Amino acid sequence: MIFSGAAKGAGVLILAILAAVAIFLLVNAWPAISTPTDELSESVHWIKEGDSLLDYVGPLVFGTVLAALIALIIATPVAIAVALFISHYAPRKLAQIFGYVIDLLAAIPSVVYGLWGALWLMPQMFPVFEWLSEYLGFIPIFQGPAASPPRTILTAGIVLAVMILPIITAVSREVFLQTPTLHREAALALGATRWEMIRMAVLPFGRSGIISAAMLGLGRALGETMAVAMVLSPGFVYSFFILQAGQQQNIAANIALKFPESSGLGVNVLIFTGLVLFAITLLVNMIARWIVSRRAEFSGAN
Amino acid sequence: MAKRLDISDLNIYYGDFLAVEGVSMAVEPRAVTAFIGPSGCGKSTVLRSLNRMHEVIPGAYIEGKIALDGEDLYGRDVDPVRVRRSIGMVFQRPNPFPTMSIHANVIAGMKLNNQRMSKAQADEVVETSLRGANLWSEVKDRLNKPGSSLSGGQQQRLCIARAIAVQPDVLLMDEPCSALDPISTLAIEDLIGKLKQDYTIVIVTHNMQQAARVSDQTAFFNLAGVGQPGKLIEMDATEKIFSNPNQKATEDYISGRFG
Repeated sequence: MIFSGAAKGAGVLILAILAAVAIFLLVNAWPAISTPTDELSESVHWIKEGDSLLDYVGPLVFGTVLAALIALIIATPVAIAVALFISHYAPRKLAQIFGYVIDLLAAIPSVVYGLWGALWLMPQMFPVFEWLSEYLGFIPIFQGPAASPPRTILTAGIVLAVMILPIITAVSREVFLQTPTLHREAALALGATRWEMIRMAVLPFGRSGIISAAMLGLGRALGETMAVAMVLSPGFVYSFFILQAGQQQNIAANIALKFPESSGLGVNVLIFTGLVLFAITLLVNMIARWIVSRRAEFSGAN
Repeated sequence: MAKRLDISDLNIYYGDFLAVEGVSMAVEPRAVTAFIGPSGCGKSTVLRSLNRMHEVIPGAYIEGKIALDGEDLYGRDVDPVRVRRSIGMVFQRPNPFPTMSIHANVIAGMKLNNQRMSKAQADEVVETSLRGANLWSEVKDRLNKPGSSLSGGQQQRLCIARAIAVQPDVLLMDEPCSALDPISTLAIEDLIGKLKQDYTIVIVTHNMQQAARVSDQTAFFNLAGVGQPGKLIEMDATEKIFSNPNQKATEDYISGRFG
């Protein structure tokens, strides 16, 4: 009775907080939404003449999603490989140590990642980027010239990838370890090697878990501020050139950089971008849910 | 197909613990051999050592020899993966792959063996195997449904179909009916009777009536006490074991005086 009350209370509280955040964002973004386009660029100096609110937010949304996707594309395969290594290949002792180290990565503050990205990673990445632009430059996204220093969205994506690696790894590892012995033995008894067993039993069982893990990582990458602000040289264009600087910017870093020098309507515009970020994150989570539920019939749960 | 198994002086260890001691027996081809005995007597362990599945548990190893038609299964250059491809296994609880369709479940083992298979070939294997497992008529219209949508007894027959799809030399069954209702159990027992024409079958069972009904040979295992290794007490034709066993312990167990 007490427990069900507490559980219900906690559930209602979460919904209430979520609603409160949404209302706060909406109320504070409203002045920006209701101001006519020509007045907007007059009173907020960093909005280009004649640009509407959506013209301003669009490239930011694009940059946010692009940085997060780069991070996800890099981090997910690595995280799955590490999680498989820990759960099925490494000797027990080594696996434990490895698991702790990965978890420790999650405890590092994002400013530190930003410093690492700006001071150490960038000089390392420059030759790689040059090589990419020289030999793979015919693929549009790798078109040069590679920026020097490489304060580009690819660098930001790599830093973000390292940041979201621990969460994806930790969740995937837990899911992989829960593969029922029954299914693992079914594969082994058919004469599957360890890798075949993983493909037949572990990965299909963990599929929805991997998706959830990746979405958790995506959520973190979408909202990341400091690391991106420290690494990326911002630009406000719809641009797929991931090796060039001054092309994209993500919402959170933009808010952090602009907020100190903003007042009046400028703050409202920034809060509006925050509202958009909130909506994107919500959408990502809903899509993740939908993907997970779509194949529920084939999942290990029944 | 249908090869004989010769086991001599088999000791099975889990780390330092000696689980089974001194088992020697011959498993005849095209016949059903039943392992019976009280819980913990090592009958499942012996069964799992026959296709090297016990090695899945870290620290497990054997001494002695197990030979399939004279070929040592534990020879130095024998890959356990290959052993398991020729000696199929059915488990206590039905375990079709939940993420695969019925069709994909049946050919799962085939796919491991030879990567390339035409659609027609695959369909043929699926039909023969499901017919072989007396399941075809029940599932032929829903081969693309997940294996987990079937009833428990159907799932177990699906697992049998999956095991025989690769045409193994031997089929091991670890209490295949213990999670099933009497009607499904009857279906599986009928199936075992049919399968023994083509396969060497070893079945572990807790149900003595079942052993009496389906098997030709029966092996009785027992252990002296908790922490003691399990031993093979007696093995003989099923009729003999159930009517006039040589050992007193066997008679006591069969007649229900313990166990």
